[in-house]
Amino acid sequence: MAEVTIPIGPIHPALKEPERFMITIEGETVVAADVRIGHIHRGIEKLAESKTYIQNLYLTERICGICSFTHTTNFSQATEEILGIEVPKRGVYLRTIVNELERIHSHLLWIGVAGHEMGFDTLFMYSWDDREIVQDLLEIMTGNRVNYAYNTIGGVRRDMSPEIAQKALKAMDKLEVAMQKYIDIGLNEDTILKRTQGVGVLSPADARRLTAVGPRLRASGIKYDVRKADPHAAYDEVPFEVITSDTHDVHGQYVVRALETLESIKMVRWMVTNLPDGDYRVKTPRKVPEGESFSRTEAPRGEDIHWLVANGTDKPERLKIRAPTYANIANVAFNLKGAHIADVPMIVAGIDPCMGCMDRVIIIDADKKTQTVTDEAGLWKFANDWYANGGKK
Amino acid sequence: MFENLVTWSRVKSPWVYHLNSGSCNGCDIEILAALMPRFDAERFGVLLQGTPRHADVVVATGPVTEQLKEKVIRCYEQVPEPKFVVAVGQCAISGAIFDGSYCTHGGIDKIIPVNAYIPGCPPKPEAILDGVVKLLTSLTEG
Repeated sequence: MAEVTIPIGPIHPALKEPERFMITIEGETVVAADVRIGHIHRGIEKLAESKTYIQNLYLTERICGICSFTHTTNFSQATEEILGIEVPKRGVYLRTIVNELERIHSHLLWIGVAGHEMGFDTLFMYSWDDREIVQDLLEIMTGNRVNYAYNTIGGVRRDMSPEIAQKALKAMDKLEVAMQKYIDIGLNEDTILKRTQGVGVLSPADARRLTAVGPRLRASGIKYDVRKADPHAAYDEVPFEVITSDTHDVHGQYVVRALETLESIKMVRWMVTNLPDGDYRVKTPRKVPEGESFSRTEAPRGEDIHWLVANGTDKPERLKIRAPTYANIANVAFNLKGAHIADVPMIVAGIDPCMGCMDRVIIIDADKKTQTVTDEAGLWKFANDWYANGGKK
Repeated sequence: MFENLVTWSRVKSPWVYHLNSGSCNGCDIEILAALMPRFDAERFGVLLQGTPRHADVVVATGPVTEQLKEKVIRCYEQVPEPKFVVAVGQCAISGAIFDGSYCTHGGIDKIIPVNAYIPGCPPKPEAILDGVVKLLTSLTEG
């Protein structure tokens, strides 16, 4: 049978963000898949060098609107490390609370999007409706629904009053009931089982080899979570479980995300009741002394890394960011091979792709005018050839 | 008479195409939130379409990246006349925080004509609905 190459994207109805997938099919089976990234490249790392640390908080927030808080947490942590500042306990707890609220809203969002991709729009509507509960809480706490501007270097910008704490506890009770419903749906609903079980299977060995992160990694049965492995903020004090699944497929990812949300609800409840007293921020100098720091957090989508070089002025020398979707896109390209064409949206949506996060890196081969990013083997070959030729193509 | 009927039906059921030109996702999830049960834009007849060829209104977000410039123009050209563009969010209006970057164009109106602007970073779903309703009201008034 003849092979047909179908370009999907960059602007297409399935995802809300532009990204291009070149899919070669034979009959109904995908034989090759390439992902072309970089459509939302906005030059954030370069822009960061021209802005002060305070301005950069707002810039890093806008790397991605869904996991905005994790990026500012990372950036503040990196800056605080160079400054040698200890954030007050209350500030650390408030930061962790918003981080977990963000995870709840992001996972509910994913459940909705996954439902939409499998043609189960009722689930989409329900989960986005319940997501409004946590959005309201975020708005009361921070002042905005999406880009919260809550973090600052040295703590957070607003305190949590006892009334807000009460509202938070009430909202968590409501959300817990709602989450039980989604867990029930995920485990018993035929539509979900038929569309997700056995789709996008990634073995633990492949997950390690292809640097999977976050729920995708944990759905492959590997118990790794930055919150446990390298605790930042208040994660070393808050009790929680790392959820894994042994099914290795998209259904495993659904279960991992749903149960993780339940854990997050418990964590928020624990933190709100055990919130320490005292200051929630400290004043910091504008200029940051020379130094380097490395910070990582567990974003809703996986491990997020910021590396910061300071040069003694009020602007960073270099900021390097590696967002979770960039680490995850390699396993999507791998999983698409051999998949049924109808399962392509599910596999792509499975990792909860966030192109806004990923598209700060771009590989264009101007000489050959190639349009696709090579896979891992191709990159290895490229690297080996490059070194073999003494640094020439 | 016939024209009145066409305007009436256009205002009562504007089909919307959502075009992301390099936004951070914040505006995009708020646009989706506006279509969800809480705000329910469908009660105004607003329906999200998968292709620009079926749309009356393009809801555009993002500062237009270098990579997407031509694709934005192509999408705009595919929309049948008469077409309206709503720029959602600060980036779509002026480039906002990405102003000065080497690969953004600083707003949708630098690339394609825009009929309505909805400011905010991101605008709340209420604001998005208000903007769309204002655009539709301006259509009935001529």
